[in-house]
Amino acid sequence: MRSFRVVRDIELGLKNLRLHKLRSFLTMLGVVFGVASVIAMLAVGEGANQEALEQIRRLGSNVIILRSEKPVEETTAAQRASFMSVYGLTYEDESRIRETFSTVTRTVPARIMRQEGRSGARRMDLRVVGTTPDWFDLVDRPLLAGRVLKPRDMDLAAPVVVLSESVARRLLAADEATGQKLRIGPQVFEAIGVLEGAGGGGGDQRLDSDADIYIPLHVFRERFGEILVQRTTGARQVELVELHQIIVEVDHISNVEQTAAGIEAMLNRFHPRGGYAMDIPLALLRQAEATQRTFNIVLGSIAGISLLVGGIGIMNIMLASVTERTREIGVRRAIGARRHQIIRQFLIETIVLSSVGGLIGILIGISIPRLITRFADMPTIVTTFSLIMAAGISMTIGIVFGLYPAMRAANLDPIEALRHE
Amino acid sequence: MSSKPSPVIHLEDVHRTYVMGRESVHALAGVTLSFFAGDFWAIMGASGSGKSTLLNLLGCLDRPSSGQYLFEDEDVGSKDDDGLSELRLRRIGFIFQSFHLIPQLSVRENIELPLYYQGLPAQESARQAEALAERVGLQDRLSHRPTELSGGQQQRVAIARALANQPRVLLADEPTGNLDSQTSAQIMEFLAELNQQGVTIVMVTHEDDIAEYAHARLHMRDGLVDRLEQGHA
Repeated sequence: MRSFRVVRDIELGLKNLRLHKLRSFLTMLGVVFGVASVIAMLAVGEGANQEALEQIRRLGSNVIILRSEKPVEETTAAQRASFMSVYGLTYEDESRIRETFSTVTRTVPARIMRQEGRSGARRMDLRVVGTTPDWFDLVDRPLLAGRVLKPRDMDLAAPVVVLSESVARRLLAADEATGQKLRIGPQVFEAIGVLEGAGGGGGDQRLDSDADIYIPLHVFRERFGEILVQRTTGARQVELVELHQIIVEVDHISNVEQTAAGIEAMLNRFHPRGGYAMDIPLALLRQAEATQRTFNIVLGSIAGISLLVGGIGIMNIMLASVTERTREIGVRRAIGARRHQIIRQFLIETIVLSSVGGLIGILIGISIPRLITRFADMPTIVTTFSLIMAAGISMTIGIVFGLYPAMRAANLDPIEALRHE
Repeated sequence: MSSKPSPVIHLEDVHRTYVMGRESVHALAGVTLSFFAGDFWAIMGASGSGKSTLLNLLGCLDRPSSGQYLFEDEDVGSKDDDGLSELRLRRIGFIFQSFHLIPQLSVRENIELPLYYQGLPAQESARQAEALAERVGLQDRLSHRPTELSGGQQQRVAIARALANQPRVLLADEPTGNLDSQTSAQIMEFLAELNQQGVTIVMVTHEDDIAEYAHARLHMRDGLVDRLEQGHA
């Protein structure tokens, strides 16, 4: 019977709210917008965060990535036009790292260049990566067809290539990519495998891209040489870079930072002019998490303020409603309603108001991220947690901001209330 | 007046004093009276004589400042707010000059209100509401809103609501004050009929022809019982 009375009370609350449809609706708006913005903002934040974390996670949190980077003082236009730039990581660096640090389990060297790929009449700009089989262990991309590079390919210096999904689709345009031949610059290679796309948008921290193809490192050196000529707008860029990238795998996460510091000290000794950069996914991960925390705090404050405003709006209207219904309250009291029953009535009304507002807010809050994903192509994730939180907050607003008006109603003197016009 | 062993309502030297700023207003200045089951009283007096204060007190909407008020031998003065509510809920029925129906509720829901607060199951309370509506001749108006009814019909709904808890006493505050003379007569005849069926009625009025319907009159003056007139009708 008790629960049945609650149903009746809620019905009464709804009835009273329907009596002033526009007013109830306007009162609700504060909560609607508050709740919707909380959910939408959290969804966008969570989506961005997940994407960033996913990319960092794919690098593995127990690796250190070293990249060759042209030293700053050499990048004047005059020098770029006339001199060959010699900088960056060397083969020696790689073996030195592997042999010096006991915490380092593997190193994966890579040479990278931009080159045009051709197959029949089709052309495509490719990112050619010359590397070793270990690459495929450290960079997590599922194999769709064929196989990846194997130590035998290295020994034989075989002209074989592993393609990214989109390269296979656009350049070879065949159902079965493996076994097909394609030209990379002047050289002919045989496709042996296809990897799933790297996914998501590009970024500086990425190890791989959708335009990647992989060939054995030896083959890269033999066929394309050590000196790379890059044609950029206006100038020819001649570079001598032995290795563009070294991925260092560390035995355990807890050793990553200490090993990174050691590598940095060592490289600084051999490369006093710089010419390399170091990325530590673990550090990026921590940084991303810290950023997310800050983001959440800012978001929470904004949401809190908007919900507070919504709650004050509700309280305002409920106070007006109590004044307006003073006589009704007097009648109910005269008939025998106790104070707590009056409190209950008004509280339920406020909770119904804020909950309906919350519900509408949740629906809008779920739709907005979908629209964002569809039209702005940004990943969004609506978490169950944010929905539960939004529902809880709107109920709480009903209770907190409804209590004072309800108590005011209950504490009216019945005689005065009956006399009220 | 038939003398029964114990009265429904007994007031003994009851004072009600309002403090307004530095002044005290003695709305009731020592009232002693007894109302018995089956009585039909008219309380009369000029405005400011204390008749409204007396009715509010009798209706347990208020407590005496001093003196004793016994409702069926229970001391009203010692009860807290919930205790007074309980008395009103179970044993007192109110009707008012301006009907005081709740506009957003239907006739049925208005009549059901006391039953709702008594915690009656919905089915039972609906059944009783229908019987009550029939008793006041409004069984075909159950789903109407009060505003869709005439003044006389509204007062009938209010009477049905007041009877819902089978009150020991029905308190009426100028029940015909907002009605034309013809409707007033109908309502008063209905109240007289209820009284004949055994309902105890205490009514405040300032109109002589309305007071005619009561069996006894109590005249108030300056917060005191001025005189009693017994044995009309």
